[in-house]
Amino acid sequence: MNAYAVYAGKRLLQFALVVFIGINLAFVITHSTPIDPVEQTVATATAFGSTSPEAVEMMRQSLRELYGLEGSAWGQYVVFWKRIVVGDFGPSLSAFPTPVSVLINRALPWTIGLLTISTLLAWILGNVLGGLAGYYRDSRILRIAGIVTMGIHPIPYYIVAFVFLIVFGYLWPVLPISGGSQMNVQWGWNPTFILSVLRHSILPITSLVLVGIGGWFMGMRSLVSNIVTEDYVAYAELAGVNRRRILGAYVMRNALVPQVTGLAMSLGSIFNGAIITEQVFGYPGIGTLLISAVHTGDYSLVIGIASVSIIAVSVCVLLIDLLYPLLDPRVKAS
Amino acid sequence: MLTTARDLFRYNREFRVGTLLTGFIVAFAALSLVSPYPPQDTFVVPPDVSPSLAHWFGTTSRGQDVFWQLTFAIRNTMLFGFAVAILSRLISITIGMWSGYKGGFVDRVLMSINDTFIVIPLFPLLVLFYFVMRDKMSWPLLALAMACLGWSYDARLIRSVAMSLKSREFTQQSVFSGMRTSEIVLQEHLPYVLPIVFYTTMNNMNWSIGLEVTLSVLGFTNIDTPTIGVMIYWANQHTAMVAGIWWWIFFPVLFVVILFIGLFLLAISMNEYIDPRSRLARMGRMSG
Repeated sequence: MNAYAVYAGKRLLQFALVVFIGINLAFVITHSTPIDPVEQTVATATAFGSTSPEAVEMMRQSLRELYGLEGSAWGQYVVFWKRIVVGDFGPSLSAFPTPVSVLINRALPWTIGLLTISTLLAWILGNVLGGLAGYYRDSRILRIAGIVTMGIHPIPYYIVAFVFLIVFGYLWPVLPISGGSQMNVQWGWNPTFILSVLRHSILPITSLVLVGIGGWFMGMRSLVSNIVTEDYVAYAELAGVNRRRILGAYVMRNALVPQVTGLAMSLGSIFNGAIITEQVFGYPGIGTLLISAVHTGDYSLVIGIASVSIIAVSVCVLLIDLLYPLLDPRVKAS
Repeated sequence: MLTTARDLFRYNREFRVGTLLTGFIVAFAALSLVSPYPPQDTFVVPPDVSPSLAHWFGTTSRGQDVFWQLTFAIRNTMLFGFAVAILSRLISITIGMWSGYKGGFVDRVLMSINDTFIVIPLFPLLVLFYFVMRDKMSWPLLALAMACLGWSYDARLIRSVAMSLKSREFTQQSVFSGMRTSEIVLQEHLPYVLPIVFYTTMNNMNWSIGLEVTLSVLGFTNIDTPTIGVMIYWANQHTAMVAGIWWWIFFPVLFVVILFIGLFLLAISMNEYIDPRSRLARMGRMSG
């Protein structure tokens, strides 16, 4: 248990470092700009009709306060952190006066659902297929599966989602291509709503899984094909242990360890993919919110989403890291 | 060097197909040099013409020839990927080698920072970057930003190679036989490091091109420089799919997918140099 505490402490430190560097990057990016976001908003607000100079000055003042751009650089830095710790990013300009945190809270469950299901599906499918392909090297079906998954793997999420959109939107319109659920269905735990949500999630989840599967497949296949040459596997085979049991309990169990680390490492890029897939399918999650916030020039909302994404992804990585010793007894021991 | 490439081409299927695909795209991009139309000009040809002998890939609603526009787009997209890959190589090789050779405290500190960059979701940060830059956004600036953010995964791979090289017996033998550190690194270790650098370069190009396409399609880059993403962006702006101008979208997507698969195959063709066991497996399959 003591060893685990040390391990957990290290992971917590790493988590703190990720959040610290991530938020600092966000701060540096927003404060190194040659464009004043306040002036930008003022310009859009006063583009139509005439506003008195006093009113413009007042607007400037309140925006400066709203965006946390008052006072010295250090003061702004402190305000930036304070907002993140409290979780209050002020009201959203595009959906005034709804607070940014409310908008994010509304969108977050959609993204988490989409991300969790598609990541787990891709990971499990990729590992199982890859493990089989590494063990049964002569299977033609598995070889074809390998070529297909590896062919899709290098294509970015956007392109795959976009092709899906074209195929199922224009060529063969059988599945809903936009939104998280049907508009006229009542929200709640009723079967029509749940069915509608599931139907709407088919395309985004499938495209995320198709892109994601290849990496796990390749990793698992090469891990397994290396492990099967180990002496203990040969021994088990000679001893007449069931081949399926060898693959499951002896080979894949060992190969899973690096794959779990890999999952933690690649969560950030999977998140990037989910964001963009959401946007393609108009899925009501963080991604769609972020893109529309940029288009409407909603400064607080963009910063809020960027900060929340960094923290959310690092929390997920921390969770995987903390659960990881359950799989690998060696971590517990050392 | 050339013999290595020839042998790779002859005996390594991934390398062969990857070279052919990437070479095809490079040759296509080279055609931009003889394009009859400047890339920025619009309405130089009749709009919305479907693919024909006069316009092989059709024309856009903005009156541009898709074939010639695509030569510029794929050229710029590749140059962008190349620029990011080279810039981020500078960081990842330095960090990876330094961390791997030094070990100890330096290694721990560098790898903590490195893992941080692996975990942080970069897309929201890049969107944030565009959001504050707006019209000041240009592709050199975007390339620089992406290079500064996208080096970490490769640095980890290079570090692991450097670490294993450091502890090999032949390194100790070189040290005892009086070779200088620079000699050991350049003469003895470089042949082991080059494949992984090549591998990460190809992968990084794929990564950066993918992000560039994504950002451009959303209009989050300079939309006056034709790239693959910018082409799709304009096609979407003119609702090309609804209007039935499918060729405006089909050809850019097709060509960029060929490029992705080509670069990816080139990357994984290096597997047998990075992990000799896979070469043994391949030889075993050939004989058996």
